[in-house]
Amino acid sequence: MKREPSITTDSELHPSAAPFWRDPEKRAIVFQVVALLLVGLVSYYLFSNTQANLQRQSIATGFGFLDKEAGFEIGESLVQYSAADSYARALLVGALNTVKVSFIGIVFTIILGTFIGIARLSSNWLLAKLAGGYIELMQNIPVLLQLFFWYGIFYESFPAPRQALNPFVGLFLCNRGLIFAVPESHAAHGAMGWAFVAALALGWGLNRWGRQRQARTGQMFPAVRVTIGLIVLLPLLVWLCFGAPTAMDMPVLSGFNFQGGVTVSPEFSALLLGLVFYTAAFVAEIVRAGIQSVGRGQVEAAMSVGLRPGQVLHLVILPQALRVIIPPLTNQMLSLTKNSSLAIAIGFADFVAVTNTTINQTGQAIEGVALIMIVYLFFSLSTSMFMNWYNKKTALVER
Amino acid sequence: MTNPPSATREYLKPPITEVGVLGWLRGNLFNSWYNSLLTVLVLLALWQVVPPFFNWAFINSVWNSPAEACRDIDGACWSVIPQNISFIIFGFFPDGQQWRPGLAMLLMIGLVIYSKDRKHWKKSLGTYWLVGLVVMATLMYGGVFGMPVVETDQWSGLPLTFMLALFGMVAAYPLGVLLALGRRSRMPAIKTLCVVYIEMIRGVPLISLLFMSSVMFPLFLPEGVTIDKVLRAQVAIILFTAAYIAEVVRGGLQAMARGQFEAADSLGLNYNQTMRLVILPQALKIVIPPTVGQMLSAFKDTSLVVIIALYDVLKTTKVTLSNPKWTGYSTEAYIALAIFYFICCFAMSNYSRKLEKALHTGH
Repeated sequence: MKREPSITTDSELHPSAAPFWRDPEKRAIVFQVVALLLVGLVSYYLFSNTQANLQRQSIATGFGFLDKEAGFEIGESLVQYSAADSYARALLVGALNTVKVSFIGIVFTIILGTFIGIARLSSNWLLAKLAGGYIELMQNIPVLLQLFFWYGIFYESFPAPRQALNPFVGLFLCNRGLIFAVPESHAAHGAMGWAFVAALALGWGLNRWGRQRQARTGQMFPAVRVTIGLIVLLPLLVWLCFGAPTAMDMPVLSGFNFQGGVTVSPEFSALLLGLVFYTAAFVAEIVRAGIQSVGRGQVEAAMSVGLRPGQVLHLVILPQALRVIIPPLTNQMLSLTKNSSLAIAIGFADFVAVTNTTINQTGQAIEGVALIMIVYLFFSLSTSMFMNWYNKKTALVER
Repeated sequence: MTNPPSATREYLKPPITEVGVLGWLRGNLFNSWYNSLLTVLVLLALWQVVPPFFNWAFINSVWNSPAEACRDIDGACWSVIPQNISFIIFGFFPDGQQWRPGLAMLLMIGLVIYSKDRKHWKKSLGTYWLVGLVVMATLMYGGVFGMPVVETDQWSGLPLTFMLALFGMVAAYPLGVLLALGRRSRMPAIKTLCVVYIEMIRGVPLISLLFMSSVMFPLFLPEGVTIDKVLRAQVAIILFTAAYIAEVVRGGLQAMARGQFEAADSLGLNYNQTMRLVILPQALKIVIPPTVGQMLSAFKDTSLVVIIALYDVLKTTKVTLSNPKWTGYSTEAYIALAIFYFICCFAMSNYSRKLEKALHTGH
């Protein structure tokens, strides 16, 4: 008996039928080869042009410039920096400034956005309409225009330090920025920080223990309330132990500017205000959608099995609403981080602004733009990795 | 047995506190103690803010006066806009030629309004747009019919904003759809290319692309070849928007039920037919709201070209404000500009809501 071939191909069945361009599999291979070739050719063309141009204009290549002296000052910095430091140090200052404005912006945005989102759903007509108006208004105005607007307010509408606005004790608003009093540095503050960390760790442990005990015995433990109590009381106790220091570092007008206190520059304030007000409108819509996504029946069911209002919120509404809220929320946080690059337009030294100065001084545009892209890609990819992990963790188990 | 009262049946009116203005107030503003408190607090806050703003903006303000008249008033100096209107709108377009961009913009707005009506969505609409674009380009660039040539580096103000936005949206959309199809493709090489492109672009801020177009791209070209600065920024905006559109469209493609693909296959449609006749019409329809969201972002993002020193309408406003005569009125100028952007964006999102309703074929 003749052995049959195990696979009969199309051409064997219909020897005269399909030419290769009618065969989807072969066609796919051709398409892909053509696409890759095109990409490769274009890249090679651009690369060789670039090589020639760089040689002709005698621009250095590589990241050697990072060790050279930067030679420009940066207005505000989280770490020690002077013009004599290297470009690498300057870029680090810029990156830290980006992280600073993004982090503070994200915290304020979430708080403001949540409030506005809840206000949008309020049964109070006036409040709901105001929140709706805010969302419409802010979403439809370019964020760059908003940054310019706040920057203009700081520089043109606020008075000089001598006539600084003083809405309440210890806070001054003038065209040098926002100046406010802080507690005078004292040994107690470090200890209070550690007490806070300890309270957090203790609360986490208590939560775990409480859940295990509930699984074992069915008895609930008011872990949330105890944790909040710990977080407030522990640092307070440490503060009292150190003799309750209350001395404040008050800003005082001397000459043309303020001495003491903490000064937030107009650039930073304008950037923060613009980003927060703009992004909060989007966050508010996300929060509203998340809350509305939890069906009424869920709340009614939870109440009918005898959960208290706090428990309904904590155990039923929030876990379901957060599953809807968190993914678009991270997108907004990411977009706030990317929008913080607009700082360059109002003169705040973020990463993009410092890199731009570097490009202008060294002429190494390719390395500079590549650095910007790498830094932001790092932020984005790490965030999306977190998101994938979170989605997997909270995804509904479908049967 | 008692007879029911026949003639003198009395109808009780609902209590006065439940209907009419009072009832509405009670139901919507004072329905519980904390809502009443909230209402009072909000009203107090509004009282603090609204009357002073009203005084500043309308009572103590001047609307169209020379700069000197603004120096000794308390209120807003709206004059900064009408006194500089031709520079803000047309920027550095040569004086005496400004009717050309004006006419081009009118033509564009006319075409947009004409395209709004779904009755006009025919092949002829494409022709009108093509003809319109050619006429607009001729008007802007000149060189024929006795119109002097105006190089693109003099195109500025509102025409530039509209141009960047219009081409940014129109060209990015098909590119985005292609990228989305590529990302869903079964060919690994094509899929990888599309995924890398989309994720790279979405991971970086638009500014970095604009920088790329302004400082890095010239290095890519062979010696002696230069590409116009406006065009480079335009391409950057298109490439950026396309990546976002692609993700939106991918959402629509993923929402298509398997049955749709299988039904198309069983009818013997090939890939192109399946996509063109079955999948894309449905997928693109369900993503209208997020697509319009992306279009709005693209429109707002055109303002970022300020940073690479193109003179869009935001930059011409800034230049006006740097004139010593008009320094100090940025609040007024920016509010006016914000109203302009708001009207454009609001009209667009309103239209998308209507379109969504009109195309809704479900139940």
